[in-house]
Amino acid sequence: MSSVTETTVRLTIDGREVEAPKSYTILQAARLIDLDIPHLCYHPELSREGSCRVCLVEVEGARSLVASCVYPINEGMAVHTNTPAVRETRKTVVELMLANHPEDCLFCVKNQNCELQQIAADLGIRKIRFSGEKRKHEQDTSNPSLVRTPEKCILCTRCVRICSERQGLDIYTSANRGFDSIVEPAFGLGLDKVACSFCGQCTTVCPTAALTEKDDTQAVWDAINDPDKHVVVQTAPSVRVTLGEEFGLKSGGFVEGKMVAALRRMGFDKVFDTDFAADMTIMEEGYELLHRIKNGGVLPMMTSCSPGWVNFMETLYPEMLPHLSTAKSPQGMFGATVKTYYAERAGIDPSKIVSVSVMPCTAKKWEAKRPQLADSGYRDIDVVITTRELARMIKETGIDFLNLAEEEYDAPMGISTGAGQIFGATGGVMEAALRTAYEAYTGKTLEKLDFIEVRGLEGIKECQVDLGDGVILKIAVAHTLRNARKLVEKVKAGEADYHFIEIMACPGGCIGGGGQPYPIDDTIRQARMDAIYSADAGMKYRKSHENPAIKELYGTWMGEPLGERAHHLLHTHFTPVTDRLK
Amino acid sequence: MGDKLAEKDFARLDEVLADLGSSKGTLIPVLQKAQDIFGYLPRDVLVHISRKTGVPLSQVFGVVTFYAQFHLEPRGRNIIRSCQGTACHVRGAKGILQEIASCLGLEGDAVTTPDLRFTLETVACIGCCGLAPVLMVNDETHGRLVPDKIKGILDQYK
Repeated sequence: MSSVTETTVRLTIDGREVEAPKSYTILQAARLIDLDIPHLCYHPELSREGSCRVCLVEVEGARSLVASCVYPINEGMAVHTNTPAVRETRKTVVELMLANHPEDCLFCVKNQNCELQQIAADLGIRKIRFSGEKRKHEQDTSNPSLVRTPEKCILCTRCVRICSERQGLDIYTSANRGFDSIVEPAFGLGLDKVACSFCGQCTTVCPTAALTEKDDTQAVWDAINDPDKHVVVQTAPSVRVTLGEEFGLKSGGFVEGKMVAALRRMGFDKVFDTDFAADMTIMEEGYELLHRIKNGGVLPMMTSCSPGWVNFMETLYPEMLPHLSTAKSPQGMFGATVKTYYAERAGIDPSKIVSVSVMPCTAKKWEAKRPQLADSGYRDIDVVITTRELARMIKETGIDFLNLAEEEYDAPMGISTGAGQIFGATGGVMEAALRTAYEAYTGKTLEKLDFIEVRGLEGIKECQVDLGDGVILKIAVAHTLRNARKLVEKVKAGEADYHFIEIMACPGGCIGGGGQPYPIDDTIRQARMDAIYSADAGMKYRKSHENPAIKELYGTWMGEPLGERAHHLLHTHFTPVTDRLK
Repeated sequence: MGDKLAEKDFARLDEVLADLGSSKGTLIPVLQKAQDIFGYLPRDVLVHISRKTGVPLSQVFGVVTFYAQFHLEPRGRNIIRSCQGTACHVRGAKGILQEIASCLGLEGDAVTTPDLRFTLETVACIGCCGLAPVLMVNDETHGRLVPDKIKGILDQYK
């Protein structure tokens, strides 16, 4: 945040000398002396609001207490964060919030993950001195992905800010005034009536349970408990590097083997891997790209595996839909294949198969409900749960997750490559596609597998790949919908000559998805990303087309990539969304 | 709702937007002028303003709902302001308000009659406590009220 050349100022906080960059606020300076001033509306990755008043501190000479998250430091300033007045006021502020908040912590989905609850506990609030009328607001359950519960909202506006600053969607606003204040979409509409992408980034910063994923865990238990059903599960590439956080591991812990073991113990009949399906996506998308280039198709081709991004395009850029790759997302390909190929091979009646996905993503719940995803003759995916929901289910069983012996995925749809694994990070789909497209185009072996240029947390990344014969492949990678929009506008204006663009709706890609464990920041994203790439580096196969299970699938059943069967099962179409207010 | 809005009104709104819309910090004057044109701020008008100014619709909605001066619903031709200030309260403003609502047939949260003849509002003080209890209809003040006088006053406004 501070540059090396930035001038610093000296101040005292609670009598201790602090030297901090001039641009710092009191709250930031306090962190330099290991002091975490309690706060709710402040979020390190968002603009500063100063509305919750929890971070109030005393500044000598100031007329009243000041909000430390927005108050700039200056030379010689003397700050007190722990005086009786500060402690008493802070407590009162939180008590006033609690006086207008449901008292249902024991049954709340954010129990033990709630920042308001944590602050109330930290401040030692044992009773609320105030009582009065409480807000009455309807819950918004209009869509398959997200639930809004405005009665639990503390009006911190983190969701307003992340949706605007990171995603550029501006779905939420602070509406009305005083007691009637509410954070909601324009006209109080349901999220399904506005241009919400269902990415769920708002749920990752909401300090309470005002914004959460839609809970689908019961549907999974119901399927598992039905003896008539054959329940299969697929786990997305990024889940294995984030799930451990729910059980106290440091971010970046790789828990694939334990996760597989836990899923088996929970009662799934087969534990498969979305990484396998990611390899299919690369086969189809890689060949589609080459087909478009050779046959004068619409370029640049844009990836279509991030459903928040697909939703964004269908809603806001319908005229640009021909740019989207028709290849289904890995989740979609898995669903269509498990109820056909796998059912046939295993001799199971596909009507008895329940296909469950564990995804880092709230928008995947929406994707699974797309009418298009029924090419197997059934719903291709029956239930989608997020990483957070899987963690809750494991906890419910009493399984001692951290001490589980590691187990391996089931064959054949659990066999995968490093290319499938890196789908979980921004740039990963591009890198995986390049590994296959290069070899398919040139017929030569790709020596350097790592495309470092497309890795990392920079918002928009570009690179060029020489395919020989004077063919230079120009590519771009973006994550967050704000960055995605920049690229789309550039393409629309004819100012970009890319061949291929990868977009992930969430910061960092799926490892920063809207269904991932709390909390999240760039340090955590980087740790998760590092785990993804080190898993890739350790894999036996690192190119999708070298996956033996993929070779067998295509060789014995699917036919050629882009062939007739693949076209029917693995490709989809996109339709403009016209019933949203935007 | 949208189809009833006149195209010529949108043309006038576009003139306002051409005049004010492009510079920063003009949302409130634009909304005020739009309300002058349409009588209230219909959804389609807010969508139009959002698209033309580039201010996200959610933010436009946030501003409109923050200020009491903006109205999302159609308003009556005659605006009744029934004073609920201290003096009026002491001298029976509550009963006056009830009588107006009952004469107009307004129930629950409704403030505007279906024929758009009247909109009923309360105000904290009109500033003529000597006339308490008092009400205003449009720009005219009626004071020293008793419930029996209300119907006769309302009959003067069509």
